[in-house]
Amino acid sequence: MKIFDNPNFNFIKWRWHAIAVSALIVLAGAVMIAVKGMPLGIDFSGGTALVLQFEQAVNEQQVRSALDSIPGDKVVQVIGNANEHQISVRLPQVTTVEQGASLEVGSQQIEQTLQKAGLPKATVVKREIVGPVIGADLQRRGVLATLASILAITVYIAFRFRPSFAIGAIVATLHDVFVTFAFLRFFNYELSLNVVAAILTITGYSVNDTIVIFDRVRENMRGSRRDSLEAQVNHAVNQTLGRTIITAGTAFLSVLALYLFGGEALSGFSFTMLVGIVSGTYSTVFIASAIAIILSQKRAVAVAPPAAAVTAGRNRKPKGAKAS
Amino acid sequence: MTKNLQSRAAIIVAVIALSVWAFYPPDKKINLGLDLKGGVHLVLRVQTDDALKLETDTTVERLRDTLTRAGVAFTKLETTSPTEFVVEGIQNDQAFRQTAVDPDAAFNRGSGAGRYTYTMKPNIAQQLRGEAVTQALQTIERRVNELGVAEPIVARQGTVDQILVELPGVSDVQRAKDIIRSTALLELKFVEQGPFPSEDDAKKAYNNALPPDMILVPGSAGASAAAGSPATQYYVVRRASVVSGRDLRNARPTLDENNLPAVSFSLNQEGARKFGTATEQNIGRQLAIILDNRVFSAPVVQSRISDQGRISGSFTQQEAQDLSLTLRSGALPASLTYLEERTVGPSLGADSIKAGVTAGIGGLVLVVMFMLAYYKLSGMNALVSIVVNLLILLGAMAYFGATMTLPGFAGFILTIGMGVDSNVLIFERIKEELLLGKSARAAVNAGFDRVWWTIVDTHVSSLISALLLLQFGTSTIRGFALTLIIGLLANVFTAVFVSRTMFEVAIGRRQTHALSI
Repeated sequence: MKIFDNPNFNFIKWRWHAIAVSALIVLAGAVMIAVKGMPLGIDFSGGTALVLQFEQAVNEQQVRSALDSIPGDKVVQVIGNANEHQISVRLPQVTTVEQGASLEVGSQQIEQTLQKAGLPKATVVKREIVGPVIGADLQRRGVLATLASILAITVYIAFRFRPSFAIGAIVATLHDVFVTFAFLRFFNYELSLNVVAAILTITGYSVNDTIVIFDRVRENMRGSRRDSLEAQVNHAVNQTLGRTIITAGTAFLSVLALYLFGGEALSGFSFTMLVGIVSGTYSTVFIASAIAIILSQKRAVAVAPPAAAVTAGRNRKPKGAKAS
Repeated sequence: MTKNLQSRAAIIVAVIALSVWAFYPPDKKINLGLDLKGGVHLVLRVQTDDALKLETDTTVERLRDTLTRAGVAFTKLETTSPTEFVVEGIQNDQAFRQTAVDPDAAFNRGSGAGRYTYTMKPNIAQQLRGEAVTQALQTIERRVNELGVAEPIVARQGTVDQILVELPGVSDVQRAKDIIRSTALLELKFVEQGPFPSEDDAKKAYNNALPPDMILVPGSAGASAAAGSPATQYYVVRRASVVSGRDLRNARPTLDENNLPAVSFSLNQEGARKFGTATEQNIGRQLAIILDNRVFSAPVVQSRISDQGRISGSFTQQEAQDLSLTLRSGALPASLTYLEERTVGPSLGADSIKAGVTAGIGGLVLVVMFMLAYYKLSGMNALVSIVVNLLILLGAMAYFGATMTLPGFAGFILTIGMGVDSNVLIFERIKEELLLGKSARAAVNAGFDRVWWTIVDTHVSSLISALLLLQFGTSTIRGFALTLIIGLLANVFTAVFVSRTMFEVAIGRRQTHALSI
């Protein structure tokens, strides 16, 4: 069985259209984030989040009105299966509260108020209280880790391939991160620790497809072909197209299972991974190679002859390279 | 099978057997994280300023003593911040400088005539902060151990003054938090005057100018009262303690003469010697038993007491027990504040395990069905290499004592979904080589050889991001990163070594061009 018989699509021809579509998505996401803000999970914003297990069914409205007396923007939500009677309550960070002793005030208020409200008996099955120090610290470390990951991968690719390929890979990876952010915002997902973990994983994973294509380009160059880099890259993309789609498909399938069965706590993670996998495949085919070609042309580096290609990535200007 | 193939097959069987042996039975050998087992995760900050202030205060008192004894006049000597104090109204600068040599070791003296500002040297402050955190860490460790929690974690975290405490399976979170946090500073000091009904009354007795060697401590009304009741009495006591918590040898819950819960303590040799001498010389005076800067009781010394004492208050039995525990574990060098608390109930953890296992099996089934449909018999090859990959992952986690968390399940699922990428890469290449007209054996050889470096490159890039993830996250995220890393490493072995061996066994010595792929 084969998905394509000798595929020969001209992906490179469509590069500017692809770049325009990506730019549109990223821009729309950026505007929405700028206008409405990025919803932050409790890990980063700080605050109090409780999951309450009621003995009998209650609806969100009952809990909400019971908690009316507590100041601040409360978010009350039914989570999980309806027959489990679980409700999550979230309180924002109280800005004046700095001392540890009062960190738990919000949680205590909620529990006491609910006890008096005459609702069915509730037990706290999960309690998360994050102070402002921790939230800010995690934000900083999340950003640092993501940037460091992208940088380190770029350096590795520059070392193994040629610098223009590394830039193609880094742009494709940044593209995936931005597109993922845009979709998180479109679908109103909160930025949590798990989501950042997924984004970091995407930075390592989405570059895999790109590496496969670049490897293929390098291997083809070792042959006696004298095609232009553009044709070489396009040929490599086509050669590996079946593989690209199948691997994205298997990864997508497995994460889909996580999204469907993994429960509330991992839904943000799996959604991020799903978007990242699709975006990673798209960016590999359309963005990474396009950028690599554009940069190679600008720097007037033509196809390296076989001897130089073997050591490509050393940034050695090939001697006597034949221009296409 | 050739000799070479036989030995490779033997290696594979040995690795599988070792892995299974390492993790079987999984419910005993695989550590579960707090999010799966239930428990509480706490991050505390040690208020290291407290330790600095103590050092500054002690220095101030010693200097006051030195100056007074040497007859150097001054009008004011006081602590202005945790790391600073000032002396004012010095008449004789030269005499002052010659006398006040003691603070110079730890403090920088600001120059001035008649007025000096002392600031703690940064390296000393740094050292004191470090010591305070270490001491707090050790104290918390002792308390947590006495709580009887199985496999607790007490460790430094992040910035210098943070401590992470993880207590699996603790149900009474509030009690655990109170025990960890209580300072438990026990001091025994002689009462100068009191009790007074209010702070003002106490000050009036000294014309609103308490002598520097005395301090005012609130206490509870009546001979004994609980820590929570409002302080309605004030005692003027000596600043210096006769003995303190450091001199304790043991503390345990007991009953007082009214058969109410109380805490009895005994002193170590050094403490007993000091206490014996002091009580012998002060028979008839009141001795205040002060816990965390609150007078619990102030009995009159009847005779020489050497090494036994008792703290009475209206404790419940539980409170008496907890107080003995904190006293035994020693006082905290500085107060603590909570920065983060995450509690997961055991029922939620069990639900998460169910969800994670369901998702894992679902992912495995989906991927395997696809591989079998698309690659036919070679799909079996992929199936075996995925399963071996997961077995090695489980075995390695058990062997290294890694913790399985809810995000860890995501790591397992990605090991399935991303691990099979290597198989796909190789299979697709074999297909291409077969199309070029190569024999099955040649195509398999070429397929594996050609993609080797591609597999290395893709795994390195994934490992880079996973390693950074290990640096970034909380313990649950680290659980994810760790499964991802082990899964990736095991994948190189299974997708290349195991899979290739299986192909070669399947082809055998046949010169065929047919391969079910």
